[in-house]
Amino acid sequence: MSTICEVTHEHIIEVKDFSFYYAGLDTPNLKKINMPIGKGAVTALIGPSGCGKTTLLRCFNRMHDLYPGNRYDGEILFKGRNILDKKEDLIKLRTQIGMIFQKPTPFPMSIYDNVAYGLRLQGIKSKSELDDRVEQALKDAALWKEVGDRLKSSGTALSGGQQQRLCIARAVAVEPEVLLFDEPTSALDPISTQAIEELIIKLKEKVTIIIVTHNMQQAARVSDYTAFMYLGDLIELGVTEELFITPKEEMTEQYITGKFG
Amino acid sequence: MNRLLDTIFHNTTRFFAISVLMVLAALFFVLFNEAKPAIDAFGLQFITNSKWAPNMDIFGGYPAIYGSIISTIIAMLIATPVAIGIAIFLSELAPPWIATIVGMAIELLAAIPSIIYGMWGLFYLAPILRDIWGGNGLGLATAGFVLSIMILPFMAAITRDAMKTTPPILKESAYGMGATRWEVLKDVVIPYVKSGIIGSIILALGRAIGETMAVTFVMGNSHKIPDSIFKPATSIPVTLANEFTEADTDLYYSSLFYLALILLVISFTVIAIAKFWFLRNLQEQRV
Repeated sequence: MSTICEVTHEHIIEVKDFSFYYAGLDTPNLKKINMPIGKGAVTALIGPSGCGKTTLLRCFNRMHDLYPGNRYDGEILFKGRNILDKKEDLIKLRTQIGMIFQKPTPFPMSIYDNVAYGLRLQGIKSKSELDDRVEQALKDAALWKEVGDRLKSSGTALSGGQQQRLCIARAVAVEPEVLLFDEPTSALDPISTQAIEELIIKLKEKVTIIIVTHNMQQAARVSDYTAFMYLGDLIELGVTEELFITPKEEMTEQYITGKFG
Repeated sequence: MNRLLDTIFHNTTRFFAISVLMVLAALFFVLFNEAKPAIDAFGLQFITNSKWAPNMDIFGGYPAIYGSIISTIIAMLIATPVAIGIAIFLSELAPPWIATIVGMAIELLAAIPSIIYGMWGLFYLAPILRDIWGGNGLGLATAGFVLSIMILPFMAAITRDAMKTTPPILKESAYGMGATRWEVLKDVVIPYVKSGIIGSIILALGRAIGETMAVTFVMGNSHKIPDSIFKPATSIPVTLANEFTEADTDLYYSSLFYLALILLVISFTVIAIAKFWFLRNLQEQRV
């Protein structure tokens, strides 16, 4: 029922007949989704509010498991392994698949400690290794120039855009294979937004990115593939330029031309 | 006409609000005025003088101040870790239905009149403690223990409420890094609500130090500084509750007011510090 384009990148994730039920609900919030995620590509999830794009994003790192009663059905294969398996090690999964949230979420600690947080969780204690990886992560997140000389000051004292880049540095420090962005610029001003978008395009050299956005221009600017979702269904997955110029599904066309949403 | 009504309404409510300040000022004035003879007679040495001898008209507040502080410290030492443990369980670990039931029970416990805790302490706890450490079972340790049980629900409830102010998204980002529940608690929740927890501890301290009914029965009423926490002592509120009827000289009467003034100043300071921490906490909630 959905139109899926050919994803020429290697498939790092395969979503197969995947449904998701929130606690206490009998009707699925996501209905039999099938889609591949290309390795080293940026895949954008778009659609009107309530379409399930954030719900789907939070399935990739099993964030829904924090709240009891949520239910998954079907498979999400990450490099061939079904991450919905009961035996899946969520701690390890979440170091492989990181997440950036709608609002910047620096921890109440110094800039350095924020970035080193995930590394320390993994048991890295060597000061020199931590120093190197914190510096590298801050450079990857295009924040080093601004904060390199004040790593000991509080992460919560930075501006909103800097805080969000700090969160990106914190996530890339543990060298994940996939990064999930949940409307990462919705709380930011246009200039900070541009910085984050440039960063996303740069980051895909190292990491696969899935981004939820309510901003279609943003999806067009940063992504290689775009998935349009509506009421829990995946309507169309397409190469981004094709989806925005020549959508195959009528509903996609109506949405991107602003007829609803 | 409407404007007139509005002005009247405005001024009436303002009068009510200002009357609170007037009551506060009047309270201070009366206490200070009544305590004046004792202040003139003993000065600040009243605070450090440990001799309380009404028959000689010599009054020193130290035993009562000492008893108040030590029984409160004992209560805090017992109650703080337990209350924080309960708060952690309720806000972070318990399934929702258990958190609701236990949370309601705790709020009910917090509403029990303190005299009930005092009766329980005297008739049930004291005999047990007498068997354990001898004496008559009354004293600072017993009072501290009863106080700890009295402030525990209150402390647990506000600590839990403080912990709940941690934004879910902040916790999720720690979980998203591969943190365990313990790591999220230790690295994110507790640092985030630290000032709220300290505020709740200090508020509970303010309650404990001024508590009268729960400790009057179990303090033992002795103005001698005890050489052990298991021996009878007194505290400021206990002295006030017991001795106004016996105050047969002006200086005795005035000395009790002096003690009351000291208690008021201590409580005021404690509450002010707690509010300061809470205010700081509110300002820090930027995420």
